[in-house]
Amino acid sequence: MTTLQELPQVRGVKNIPLQEGFTSGHRTCQGCESALTMRLMIKAAGPRTIVVGSTGCMYVANTTYYSTPWVVPWMHTQLGSSGSAATGTAAGLASMMRKGKMKDEPINVIAFCGDGGGVDMGLAGISAALQHDEYNLLILCYDNESYANTDIQVSGSSPWGANSTFSPPGKVHRIMNRRWKKNTAPMLAAGHPSCRYVATACASYGLDFTNKVRRALTIGGPTFIHVIDPCPKGWDYDPKYSHELGMLAVETGLWVQYEIADGELILSGPSRAIGNGVRHRKPVREYLQRQGRFAHLTEEDLEFFQGRVDDSWEKWWIPGIVPFSPPAGDGA
Amino acid sequence: MTTTIEDQMFMTESEELISGSEAVAIACALADVDVITAYPIRPYDTVMQYVSKLKADGAFDCDFIVAESEHSQFEIVKHASSVGARTFCGSSGVGWFYAFEAIAVTAGLRLPVVAMVGNRALDDPGAFGVEHNDAMAVRDLGWMLYWVATAQEALDMALMAWKIAEDSRAFLPFALSCDGSFLTHSQAIVNVPTQEQVRRFLPDYDRGRLQLHPDNPITVAPQVNEDWLMEIRRQSDEAMHRTPAVIKEVYEEFKQVFGRGDPSPFLEEYMTDDDPDIILMGMGTLSLPVRVAIRRMREQGKKVGFVRLKFFRPFATEEVQEALGNCKAVAVVDRDYSFGSPSFGGVLFNEVRSALYPLEKRPHVVNFIAGLGGREVRVRDVEEMVEITQKAIDTGKIDRECNWIGVRE
Repeated sequence: MTTLQELPQVRGVKNIPLQEGFTSGHRTCQGCESALTMRLMIKAAGPRTIVVGSTGCMYVANTTYYSTPWVVPWMHTQLGSSGSAATGTAAGLASMMRKGKMKDEPINVIAFCGDGGGVDMGLAGISAALQHDEYNLLILCYDNESYANTDIQVSGSSPWGANSTFSPPGKVHRIMNRRWKKNTAPMLAAGHPSCRYVATACASYGLDFTNKVRRALTIGGPTFIHVIDPCPKGWDYDPKYSHELGMLAVETGLWVQYEIADGELILSGPSRAIGNGVRHRKPVREYLQRQGRFAHLTEEDLEFFQGRVDDSWEKWWIPGIVPFSPPAGDGA
Repeated sequence: MTTTIEDQMFMTESEELISGSEAVAIACALADVDVITAYPIRPYDTVMQYVSKLKADGAFDCDFIVAESEHSQFEIVKHASSVGARTFCGSSGVGWFYAFEAIAVTAGLRLPVVAMVGNRALDDPGAFGVEHNDAMAVRDLGWMLYWVATAQEALDMALMAWKIAEDSRAFLPFALSCDGSFLTHSQAIVNVPTQEQVRRFLPDYDRGRLQLHPDNPITVAPQVNEDWLMEIRRQSDEAMHRTPAVIKEVYEEFKQVFGRGDPSPFLEEYMTDDDPDIILMGMGTLSLPVRVAIRRMREQGKKVGFVRLKFFRPFATEEVQEALGNCKAVAVVDRDYSFGSPSFGGVLFNEVRSALYPLEKRPHVVNFIAGLGGREVRVRDVEEMVEITQKAIDTGKIDRECNWIGVRE
């Protein structure tokens, strides 16, 4: 196993590193929260990092020949390959360092993917990567809830009812996307007991996200972070509200923020306050009605949506995270 | 100091009774490969069984990763190669096709991955036996593609494969095609060289200024679109143009260090010195029954020879023209098919016929599809091919350009 970098937790926004690893040169949309996710991710990781990016917005919109925004070494990988790309990069480094073919030093390996690449196509590869305890790597899924690079098509991570170019509301079928958003991070945490770190985050809570990236890179072994990224183009809202929508996703209880480190679950930020009963969840409609992709939802739809979210907080074993209950009569 | 198994292995030259797969696995150990990825599919996977045992016994140190699919298998070595690690993987049949996206980008990125293809028929319907269509599917992508005939050749060519692929003039991936069963599972006596000999022959892989590393913060494979893609394709084309010279150089060096090899790395000629009327041409283990048939026909006074094409990519056009240009007819034996292709013939047939077209005096080129799905090509099948080809010479015209041999009709 290769050595790990020392990346202390950042106390306070003012202590976030000034050094940028993701700078000018990209051509992401105005208000693109994923671009902020990339910027914070590499700020947290620092310059001794190799980043590998799956096909998606953060490839196509970011990395135009001759105008790369990446200050660190960066390589493209295929849509479903974030897991295998991270494993291959880490294995190549580990093998050569162990055999004395390369200077032995701590190098962070991060592979990112969108929800299409991670939650859909690349899920098996990520799962396999999380089984290889001997490789230090982070897989970061930036989730803008659609295949946003190819004209906004519904993915396994799109919310119920969302309008997309593959799920347009029509005269006969108002709701074309009848799938409920996949519960990805808990699935990966529960499914890979030896994986030491799984977390969810949002760039609206930049310091929290920065520290989660650092924890993922310093704990050892393969790790996973799932980040929700409001997308002005795909969600259909004014770009200036990206930050606010990220907060609303958390405050309505729709997106739960937490980390699972060495088997211990810790809710973070507003999710923690909601979980502790200190804070009430905002109505989901406050979030949904701000976005054009939900403009066709009826009052009944909004109530259905609210009901599903309520269930996840009131009926699930671990609210917002584990969607089933312990066997009856076991005193749990 | 205690003696480990590692110290003992490959210290002296030895002769071993091993299969083609085992020979390639030993080549991995001798070449000190850094990252190897496996996924099971018959018949190639025997190589990974031997690799895992060699690693378990301490014969060499590598990161041996059992992937969750062929796609990941090829993606992992692709990325390991990008940071400068020597790599090996492989597959067969539809497994090779499952990895196809990764296989395409590996060539596009000019990463010198070495892969073994245990040639297998493409499902459906299910069949384990050899057909060449799996490996051949990469023929247009920038992979070097070599067909092996013996276990010794499998070991030797694997060692050369890393040296050729990792030469910065090439930086192209290399597929070692081994006929399923006939080579992967058949044992023969193989001369296994020493680690010291291999070290002298094979330098470390140096990715140079293309290595992905924090000391070299490059961006690899950004979006180029119509602005640059054509120039980048042209660079790959030029790299492939440079490979014949690299191959010749490496082959000569191999012969000097290890003392074995054919006159040409591209072709192996059998009984062609007297300019025979008919030359059979094929690839891989087909050479065994063909040689036996030729010996028998020679005894009957028939002037027949055989040319085994070793490198399918790069295709040695001039050598093929030279080897076949003086005969009256060429019988191309395809262990593959290409439905709807020119003359409804096989892939090799159409390539060879195309290579011969610029010649002023062209031989007849007759095609035979044989041995599909691992069906044995018998001596009498080869004799039938020669009879049909002789008829073309005698009558001056080809009745049927593509003939299926040994098929129940």
